[in-house]
Amino acid sequence: MENEINEAHQESKEDSVSKKRKIVVPGEFIVKGEDFLPGDGAKREGDNVIADRYGLAEIAGRMIKVIPLSGAYVPRRGNVVLGRIIDVLFNGWLVDVDSAGNAFLPIDESPRFINRNEMDQFLAIGDVLAAKIWSIKGRGIDLTLKGRGLGKLDGGFVFRINPSRVPRVIGREGSMITLIKEKTGTNITVGQNGWIWIKGDNLDNEIKARNAIEFVADKVHVDGLTDKMEQWFSN
Amino acid sequence: MKVKRASGRAWNELRKMKAKVGVVPNADGSAIFEFGDTVAIAAVYGPRKLHPQHMQDPATGILRVNYDLLSFSVADRKRPGPSRRSTEISKVTEWALAPAIDLEAFPNTVVDVQIYIIQADAGTRTAGINAASMALAHAGIPMRDLITSVAVGKIDEQIIVDVDKVEEDYEGGEGATDFPIAKLARSDEYTLLQLDGKIPPERFKEALDAADKACQEIYEFQKKALKEVGE
Amino acid sequence: MSSMDTSNLTREKLTAMFNEDKRFDGRKLLDMRDFEVEYGVSNMAEGSARVKMGKTEVIVGIKMGTGEPYPDSQDAGNLMVSGDLLPLASPRFESGPPKFPAIELPRLMDRMIRESGMIDLKKLVIKEGEKVWTVIVDIYPINDDGSLMDAASIGCVAALHNAKFPGLTEDDRADYKNRTDKKLPLSGETMPVSFTFYKLGDNLILNPTREEEEACDTKVTFGISKWNGKYMVNSCQKGEETVFKRAELERIMEILPGKYEDVMKKLKSYIK
Repeated sequence: MENEINEAHQESKEDSVSKKRKIVVPGEFIVKGEDFLPGDGAKREGDNVIADRYGLAEIAGRMIKVIPLSGAYVPRRGNVVLGRIIDVLFNGWLVDVDSAGNAFLPIDESPRFINRNEMDQFLAIGDVLAAKIWSIKGRGIDLTLKGRGLGKLDGGFVFRINPSRVPRVIGREGSMITLIKEKTGTNITVGQNGWIWIKGDNLDNEIKARNAIEFVADKVHVDGLTDKMEQWFSN
Repeated sequence: MKVKRASGRAWNELRKMKAKVGVVPNADGSAIFEFGDTVAIAAVYGPRKLHPQHMQDPATGILRVNYDLLSFSVADRKRPGPSRRSTEISKVTEWALAPAIDLEAFPNTVVDVQIYIIQADAGTRTAGINAASMALAHAGIPMRDLITSVAVGKIDEQIIVDVDKVEEDYEGGEGATDFPIAKLARSDEYTLLQLDGKIPPERFKEALDAADKACQEIYEFQKKALKEVGE
Repeated sequence: MSSMDTSNLTREKLTAMFNEDKRFDGRKLLDMRDFEVEYGVSNMAEGSARVKMGKTEVIVGIKMGTGEPYPDSQDAGNLMVSGDLLPLASPRFESGPPKFPAIELPRLMDRMIRESGMIDLKKLVIKEGEKVWTVIVDIYPINDDGSLMDAASIGCVAALHNAKFPGLTEDDRADYKNRTDKKLPLSGETMPVSFTFYKLGDNLILNPTREEEEACDTKVTFGISKWNGKYMVNSCQKGEETVFKRAELERIMEILPGKYEDVMKKLKSYIK
């Protein structure tokens, strides 16, 4: 165990951009040294940085992170999520975003003026939307539709994957999702909560896009995933 | 060794272990853990909304554990539904797991842990705790450490590790003692302590030493299983 | 199961797909999912089986004990089917007193097994009018991805065929420490299996996933077996408030024997 870590450490010293990843369990030693900064999922214990949760430990330069491999969605400010309208209230909409708290979209956060009497013409129960989390407090998550690409999703369909697999579905700088969009000619919106919306011009392409995303999401290890995806499409 | 174990194991020898995570695809985290013929499965759901609302804690999330035997896990069929025994074990399991986890980042929520025994040959609560600890980790819950659990015991005057059903029913000499413990894997802090039987106070240290050593072995096994999430 | 659980979009999309005989997992509307059977779930059970069908997984265990016959059937043993929708298996299953679906599953399996006549209960008598064997079937889902009934029915048949009598003590009690090699008095020919159909608009789908179940309006489950060389429907239950039309039922009756034979072919390979 120690050896692997030392190698990882050396490698990151030689090349601060290269990343070394391995699966760690909570409480497990990741790296020794005052210089390292524990990020998400990691913490300091004396001289050591240890894992605070289960996942892939990533040493990128001085930064140590533990990236979750599984688990429920934990909302964060600024996340774009997909949700489903579960109730229309007098001053906004109650939205299911598949997290522990209820999400609320105030009427003032819609992109244009909405008459209070016509709220369910804009968003009705069962409708799906892409929204951004602009605050989290106590029991609630507040959403906004002000921003590019946000709003009600028309046509297509929504399905869910494990939220921890969202980053790899998106890929480095969006490379994976761009590949899937191009190969299937579909429009795709990925919510950080693991809900994904797909719309294409025909059913077969839409089904193919979903199968491709599920293929990526089911893989535990991310190495060479774009190549595997290319291969999947050529079969 | 004064008393031979029916299974032929050495006094400090664990039964064959098996462990695997991701066995319940619907769950946020899940694991199966086996000590010989004892098979426990655990699934974790959450952090998720806690109902009813008056039980919610604005300072932290809450851990809620349910343990039960499946009807056909024991020779005399267990009637479905909670019993006094399963209610007690659910609670002590909750206490055993709680010190490892930190739910402060998830106020007003609950993390539900469901543990079921599929096949019972003694040590069901300890197997259940090992499975649950792995399932909690698998669910990505912030944890200080894994929880590792084993039942040490004594048959007549002999301290033994990982008590099985035959040993639980031992009647010779000083009889049988069952001493299930759980601890934070990397420290000497205990989170489950139960005992029934006869053990002289001066031999407590000996029993804990045996438990610590067994837990180290179990911890390595849990770690290995958590790292074996292949494709 | 109410369509409230699913989004309007997914429901519309599934309707469009079903109109073209398409499903997300590549099946046609009236295709079953493939399945696998394993044994040895619990060595404390007299018999057991695990069925995996897609991501749906169900375990079934058989326990046997002795008791008195029911007053109205002095010359027959007892059959009891029980089970629970463990909160382990789905975020939708809750702890506490069993809800309706948890009651419906074992009841429907009970009717299917009993009415098919696959078990000769008369051969479970130890002393007529005094002591008989009681066979208890316990069903538990481990992961619910739809069509629990279909998977459970396969599990029940496999576990019953896997079961062996415990020994019998001198005072006619089950002796679990001295098990026998004797199998249950089962018909070799009669093996009931259930088939669940869901309906969305005018489309019928067989053996739905959980996602499909959530989008649909109504459902019906049929238990079917073969008895004296003929196909027999042994049990049926329609659920939810939407209706089934006569033409739909006739359609189902046309395809059931073929579907039954498909499942049997695989299931028989698991039964020794």
